Amino acid sequence: MSVSGRGSKLVALAASAALVLGVAACGSDDGDSGTSAGGKPDKLVLETFSEFGYDELVKQYEKDTGIKVELRKTAQLNEYRPKIVRSLATGKGVADVVALEEGILNEFKTNPANWADLTPLVKDHSTEYLPWKWELGKAADGRLIGLPTDVGSLAVCYRTDLFKAAGLPVERDAVTALWPDWPAFIETGKKYREKTGKGLLDSVTTAASAITMQIGGDIFYDAEDNIVADKSASVKEAWDTSLKMVDANITAKTATWSPEWSAGFKQGTFAATFCPSWMLGIVQDNSGPENKGKWDVAGVPGKSGNWGGSWLAVPERGKHKAEAAKLAEYLTSATSQVAAFKLKGPLPTNLEALKNPDFQSYTNPYFNNAPTGKIFGGSVEGIKPVHLGPKHQAVKEQAMEPALRAYENGEASATAAWDQFIKDAATQGAF
Amino acid sequence: MALATPARPAAPAPTGPPRHRNTGSAKRARWDMKYSPYLYIAPFFIVFGIFGLYPMVKTAWMSLHDWDLIGDHTFIGFDNYVELFKDDYFWNALVNTLGIFVVATVPQLILALFLANLLNRTRLRGKTFFRMAIFVPNITSVAAVAIVFGMLFQRDFGVVNWLLGLVGVDAIDWDAQRWSSWIAIAFMVDWRWTGYNALILLAGMQAIPRDLYEAASIDGANHWRQFWRITLPMLTPTFVFVVLLSTFGGLQLFTEPLLFGNGNMRGGTQREFQTLAMYMYEKGINSLNTAGYGAAIAWALFVLIGIIAAINLAVVRRTVK
Repeated sequence: MSVSGRGSKLVALAASAALVLGVAACGSDDGDSGTSAGGKPDKLVLETFSEFGYDELVKQYEKDTGIKVELRKTAQLNEYRPKIVRSLATGKGVADVVALEEGILNEFKTNPANWADLTPLVKDHSTEYLPWKWELGKAADGRLIGLPTDVGSLAVCYRTDLFKAAGLPVERDAVTALWPDWPAFIETGKKYREKTGKGLLDSVTTAASAITMQIGGDIFYDAEDNIVADKSASVKEAWDTSLKMVDANITAKTATWSPEWSAGFKQGTFAATFCPSWMLGIVQDNSGPENKGKWDVAGVPGKSGNWGGSWLAVPERGKHKAEAAKLAEYLTSATSQVAAFKLKGPLPTNLEALKNPDFQSYTNPYFNNAPTGKIFGGSVEGIKPVHLGPKHQAVKEQAMEPALRAYENGEASATAAWDQFIKDAATQGAF
Repeated sequence: MALATPARPAAPAPTGPPRHRNTGSAKRARWDMKYSPYLYIAPFFIVFGIFGLYPMVKTAWMSLHDWDLIGDHTFIGFDNYVELFKDDYFWNALVNTLGIFVVATVPQLILALFLANLLNRTRLRGKTFFRMAIFVPNITSVAAVAIVFGMLFQRDFGVVNWLLGLVGVDAIDWDAQRWSSWIAIAFMVDWRWTGYNALILLAGMQAIPRDLYEAASIDGANHWRQFWRITLPMLTPTFVFVVLLSTFGGLQLFTEPLLFGNGNMRGGTQREFQTLAMYMYEKGINSLNTAGYGAAIAWALFVLIGIIAAINLAVVRRTVK
């Protein structure tokens, strides 16, 4: 640009600025759902990730109430979370009902004002669900943020053909009997390595997750949400057992969600992985139709535990909070939870649903007709309440698992890996 | 916003010679001369204002706060920047970014120069075909490139390890060490950008007057000598421009290392290949409550690029006199 005409430059700048403002003002708020004359909404938006099994239920709700429901789905949680964050931060495109997974729920609970208090909006259901699950739906200030949908529960998925080749038992009760506790699991892994030269388990991090959840209590945070990763009993136990697994060389060293891991299901790189109920679909997808009937489901070493699970919440900015809460209430009822389980497999948390014979007698054809209703349903009752702090997911995925993987790959010594974990836990866990 | 401009048509040009001097139309013409150029360049500046300037100013403002994306914002002055200087992971990301940049750019430019020189031969058959062909990788989606290369560099079933196995090298866990991950990422970057740089260098080479070469030939200089004595010195400005472009791209490297590490912002279990852009994303977007810190990283990156661009400019000024 030339140096002359300073004044006209300013004029031009001002003109541009005016245009900018004009353009910005044109952006309309199209995230709202419409309202008909009577104040009843025409449409409610339901935001979910992965598979909640709500397709049929939503149609039924539309028929019953005359309110249209737009069911949005996002495949993966790590794409879903930023979407929710964006809508909360900008106020654009806020859904009426939002599904929150356990890991991200705690993070969102640190700013409870973003969510409507459901207590005055729905009937009192506090005694109808697993008590700890119900309690976790509440924020620190006492407001009820979420109604419980499902829990993960724990089991082991294993390949019957690979077990047979390694001279191990194949039948699911006999497999469960192989590993009453974690040392027995490690011994089985050693036998498997001797016979086949391969790792029994996909990676040490899945075992670590399972163990922290089994022991429960404080994991990375205490009840006051101080970071206690360096002194928590469950973390210590999970860490020590994981290191023993690495030393015994029983894992295939495939990081969860990596291409090696996904391909490993088909290729038989490993013969077992820890399966919360929602993992069954992932095992099935990765293994493909050609491996149908080769996988089966057995019990976990040690006690039962929970891994994952969600709640339905209503954003405070939503236009139809009362109607949205009604929808959430409908979707988390006993009958709805059984219907969702039959369709896509999320495990009920409603006590009545867990006693339902339809649920208890369900068998999964892909997994060699394993009675998944009985296996997972039976272990649900034994799940201990677990306190996950606000940044549990971040500490787990960004501090503990990388450190364990570094040790597993031989990149770091035991003490170096531990130091890395504790350092990262402090930064990742801060909120 | 581009649609906003035609809504205000510039004053119509006078058709035929004006018979009467009309003061109104003269005024309009003056106005037209004075202001319509600004209108013509306005679309760029409007777009820049919305997508360039506004985010920059907002980011600077955020970096002075303890900023929670969905919660409170507290003004803390320059605390984020002070902390940044003490942050090991920031320096680690800086080393990674510069390291990958060097590992990727040096072989890339040498190869690009070599390719450009080949394509510059007057007696090459199918010139246009080759020139088009080397540009194809550049128009491939970066995500597709990263995913395919990620598969090539897999530990268990990757083609690269299989090839290495043929010559007796043990399988390498490519994302487990610094050197191996940097090499793998450099391959992706080079695959996409070598052809692009070769074309720019080729354009520079074509601008060198032919008679210089003819004179050199008459004096008995062979191809090699001509390349060193004529092509390279005459190419310096183009070369510096290419280096500058590579610097901007290299310092903002994001997608390739991210997808190489299975989409984890950490970039390896021990942050072996986490670049500055990834660290910025980790702090600014992934971790909701440290958005202000992420903004500070963004500004640090901006300043860094500015410094390197200034150094480049100084080099050009000295070499091209």
